[in-house]
Amino acid sequence: MNKIQNILRERILVLDGAMGTMLQRYKFQEADFRGERFKNWEHPLQGNNDLLSLTQPDAIATVHAKYFEAGADIVETNTFSGTTIAMADYHMEELVYELNYESAKIARKVADDFTAKEPHKPRFVAGSIGPTNKTASMSPDVNDPGFRAISFNELRIAYKEQVEALLDGGVDILLVETIFDTLNAKAALFAIEEVKEERNIDVPIMVSGTITDASGRTLSGQTAEAFLISISHIPMLSVGFNCALGASQLVPHLEVLSNRTEYAVSAHPNAGLPNAFGAYDETPEQMAAQIAEYVEKNLVNIVGGCCGTTPEHITAIADLVKDYKPRTIGRQNVVV
Amino acid sequence: MSEAKPKYLKLSGLEPLVVTPESNFINVGERTNVAGSKKFLRLVKEEKFEEALDVAREQVEGGAQIIDINMDDGLIDGREAMVKFLNLVIAEPDIARVPIMIDSSKWDIIEAGLQVVQGKCVVNSISLKEGEEQFIQQAKLIKRYGAAVIVMAFDEVGQADNYERRLEISKRSYDVLVNKVGFPPEDIIFDLNIFPVATGMEEHKRNALDFIEATKWVRENLPHCSVSGGVSNVSFSFRGNNPVREAMHSVFLYHAIKAGMNMGIVNPTMLEVYDDIPKDLLEHVEDVILNRRDDATERLLDFAESVVGKAKESRVDLSWREESLQERITRALVKGIDQYIEEDVEEARTSVNKPIEVIEGHLMTGMNVVGDLFGSGKMFLPQVVKSARVMKKAVAYLLPYIEEEKLANPQDGEAEGAGKILMATVKGDVHDIGKNIVSVVLACNNYDIVDLGVMVPPEKIIEAAIEHKVDIIGLSGLITPSLDEMVHLAKEMQRKNFKIPLLIGGATTSKAHTAVKIDPQYEASVVHVNDASRAVTVVGDLLQKETRDGYKKTVKDDYQVFRDKFLKRSVQKEYKTLAAARANKFRIDWGTSDIVKPKQLGIQVIEELNLEKLVPFIDWTPFFRSWDLHGKYPDILTDTVVGTQATELFGDAQEMLKTVLAEKQLTAKGIFGLFPAYSVNDDIEVNVGEKKVVFRTLRQQLQRKEGVPDYALSDFIAPKESGIQDYIGCFCVTTGFGTAELATAYEKQLDDYSSIMIKALADRLAEAFAEYLHKEVRTTHWGYAINEDLSNEELIKESYKGIRPAPGYPACPDHLEKLTIWEVLQVEEQIGVQLTESLAMWPAASVSGYYFGNPEARYFGLGKIKEDQVRDFADRKGISIEKATKWLAPNIADN
Repeated sequence: MNKIQNILRERILVLDGAMGTMLQRYKFQEADFRGERFKNWEHPLQGNNDLLSLTQPDAIATVHAKYFEAGADIVETNTFSGTTIAMADYHMEELVYELNYESAKIARKVADDFTAKEPHKPRFVAGSIGPTNKTASMSPDVNDPGFRAISFNELRIAYKEQVEALLDGGVDILLVETIFDTLNAKAALFAIEEVKEERNIDVPIMVSGTITDASGRTLSGQTAEAFLISISHIPMLSVGFNCALGASQLVPHLEVLSNRTEYAVSAHPNAGLPNAFGAYDETPEQMAAQIAEYVEKNLVNIVGGCCGTTPEHITAIADLVKDYKPRTIGRQNVVV
Repeated sequence: MSEAKPKYLKLSGLEPLVVTPESNFINVGERTNVAGSKKFLRLVKEEKFEEALDVAREQVEGGAQIIDINMDDGLIDGREAMVKFLNLVIAEPDIARVPIMIDSSKWDIIEAGLQVVQGKCVVNSISLKEGEEQFIQQAKLIKRYGAAVIVMAFDEVGQADNYERRLEISKRSYDVLVNKVGFPPEDIIFDLNIFPVATGMEEHKRNALDFIEATKWVRENLPHCSVSGGVSNVSFSFRGNNPVREAMHSVFLYHAIKAGMNMGIVNPTMLEVYDDIPKDLLEHVEDVILNRRDDATERLLDFAESVVGKAKESRVDLSWREESLQERITRALVKGIDQYIEEDVEEARTSVNKPIEVIEGHLMTGMNVVGDLFGSGKMFLPQVVKSARVMKKAVAYLLPYIEEEKLANPQDGEAEGAGKILMATVKGDVHDIGKNIVSVVLACNNYDIVDLGVMVPPEKIIEAAIEHKVDIIGLSGLITPSLDEMVHLAKEMQRKNFKIPLLIGGATTSKAHTAVKIDPQYEASVVHVNDASRAVTVVGDLLQKETRDGYKKTVKDDYQVFRDKFLKRSVQKEYKTLAAARANKFRIDWGTSDIVKPKQLGIQVIEELNLEKLVPFIDWTPFFRSWDLHGKYPDILTDTVVGTQATELFGDAQEMLKTVLAEKQLTAKGIFGLFPAYSVNDDIEVNVGEKKVVFRTLRQQLQRKEGVPDYALSDFIAPKESGIQDYIGCFCVTTGFGTAELATAYEKQLDDYSSIMIKALADRLAEAFAEYLHKEVRTTHWGYAINEDLSNEELIKESYKGIRPAPGYPACPDHLEKLTIWEVLQVEEQIGVQLTESLAMWPAASVSGYYFGNPEARYFGLGKIKEDQVRDFADRKGISIEKATKWLAPNIADN
């Protein structure tokens, strides 16, 4: 388990790109999502990407493999919505353990195959833990600001189930990502600490928040530094930002993290901002050119892509970062 | 990991708070504590959470860097109250920006609090009182929730009350936390127990000194931790003698902070500046705090009596006149004393080369102190306005010398101010109290103000902005039509290619209106500022080279996001058709309804009412609000934060009121009429002598709960078809004649404080007149409530029967109806009150409205209406749809 920490001190690690963007290329229809097993499910299932780990496992494995081929060191499991809370939309709360367990296994297998082929470049699996579709510190009802659609305890229980299944399926890292509301993330981290204690294990944790817009704050209103302070009570492998913004727009926020944390810093931005049709059209070259600023400024230890990024983007990023030294990890970096 | 680097306590709300050795003392706000604030307890008990939020907000605005929240009271469900209040706090960005201290003696309340706050909090507190096992378990959970912790110096034996015990317990707590729990040492804050001194008990003599010495030991021997405490305890035995208490707090803090106390609960209004403590008092207090003499307590007690006496006559304490010139000028500015300023400025003038240097040097030095005190919440608005009065007098005195100097040395350019700001109340609006306050505060901060006054047409604003090369335009307005004027001006500025920022303020303005209606019209910055203390920061951010681009972008983006959210939100509201709303009108059973025929029908004029009669009817709460002092009268006079200032302001107001009454400086005139009437749908047809006049009312259309009627004012008048004769009244009163003259006279004397004061007083008197006349009408002229006996508070709470809604306010937001009232009563001809083109009343201190006498009549808010009603209204009134849309715009629901 010490391995990834050591590698992180030697070079910049590359995370994969978007799963959703790749799956769109398959143009899966309702029947494909259902597969044989959920043929008679009472609710529509199209759009439940996590379910494809059960109904289209080959597609998922292929995407992971493409990202490893492109140069990624770490791939994320197909479990972004793998909690009872997010799965309630499809009435699939009962399947949460299985979804996470199988998704972890698929990624584990692909990673092990690549590591066997290229032992000098071990590949890792990060269990993706998304934000769920409810927020613990914001009211969905503008007329009732004190209302909360979900409680810390409900989140903690849901996250715990996901974490246990991911660990059972063999992930190397847990990645709490796309954090809109820091309180949700704190519930996830609380659950992880519980599991670590119960199983008497240690597991590297990556935490990645989301700055939603040019205001420079999370959706729940925190500045980058306030976000960092709010989650730093848990020992982390890395802390960073992903989604919502393109690579360049993340720079000032990564600078905040880089100057203030003793942990590694990660970034997986979108391929620019969505165009008028909601698609991301930044090319791999355009994106890599912006990421050059990260490495020149010595801001990051882990880079990858979020919405709109493809294996081509990851190749461009991997080619770029291989020549750069990683940011120094440890307290000597910390300004305040 | 290297231990050489110090670790800092880091907390967060929406924004970070990092406590470094360079940080000033961290001040924890403690008004949101049911155990410490009776007011807060009452608000929580009565579930008045909106007002409870104001308490929190005031503290943050007043400079608290952390807010302590405590709900430990036998009569409330502490856990539920904690969660509910925290959830509401989190939704208020201006409060939630600071970290929260979750304060309870009950673990379940602490844990419930930790589960609803995203930022890094402080838990207040845990201790070894119940043994190590529980201590460890709670600390472990606090760490997992990601909070810092206050550890009380308390163990199984009891509370630490001497030096050794404080060391023993803190050392043991620290070791358990750091070594057994793995708690980050920088997240530990010790509360080493501040106990009273000078109690007369031998064993209390060392209380303060032990705390201070233990603080020093803890900071030196327990790496990275902090020390906190509740300071007011130390002076407990001098309750009632504030000058001594304030001195004790300052002396205690001075020494405790030097020893390493870096955080605490301190009431900023109960603190004297250490350097300002008179020498003899300082010596006596220091003797007690540091236990320097055996008879220290007795000596301070003796001395304290003389201090009480002195404090009362402090107004004539002139010892400060002995100080250096700069100190005298600074003091005159800070305390708002204008008596000696010319003398001092003259002395300053003869000591410098050029008279301008007095402004740039002596006076600005003093005003910077004012600015800092105001910025840090240690001075309040009325004080700042008084400071400005002194400043203006000083500058006026210097002006002739400066002009002379300029003639002698024409090559020297003009002194450069921080920036030039145009201020105006928009066309059709006459209200300017808020605008004047903002102008004064900005002027205090070295901005040049070009004040165009009230009812300023847009072309004049544009012209003056160009002519004076202003850096910012500030618009103000109180009535709803002014909102449209502001939109119009923004369009004009865009058309003329302006780039300078536009500030929006005034009672009806809002962030929502600014973001949704004004901001999109103007490419450069538009900022909504509704509070004088924020105006300075905003203007600074807009003009300072380093901040302005970033700030402008932030505001633009913020409004864009706000606008998007707002528009998304308003779509979701549902409305009924006008026909459906009419079908669901409020129904009075006319068969049994108690309709009283007025004793005197027709119109009556009150030529000149004795103002004395109005004094008991004054509602003082809004008066304080107009000065940015928030709180209910009379509680506000004893409020711990603004009480002193409110009392002083109230004193000044009483004094001016006395003069106004004695010299009859204002004239109160009124007119009212009572008429037979009946309703036809949403109209009220009134028989005024031979003439028939129609009041048009508007009906609620927002979809609401089943069984709740959709009100219109016409529902309170018997319909024509019932055959029952009903009645209605209308009125206009004013106390505004004389105000403008007085205000101008004050302004000529460079006394903005009094100029604003007279306007605020006239407003209060006009409201009081409306209240007085309504009572007269109820009990005498109409006479449906002959036996009514209500106190002033009950009147303010509107406990009476019948209502007096005013056009332009929630039940009838349509200002056009004022024209009908003017027609019915011949208001302008009879008492001289005019209507501007936006239908504001002139003089401003005037009130007009209707009288409804039915016992079931009630106040309501119209809310938004739909186009079908706008069309119907235009049709009924015989005006174009465009005109109706323009006047009803603020109440028309967006599609």
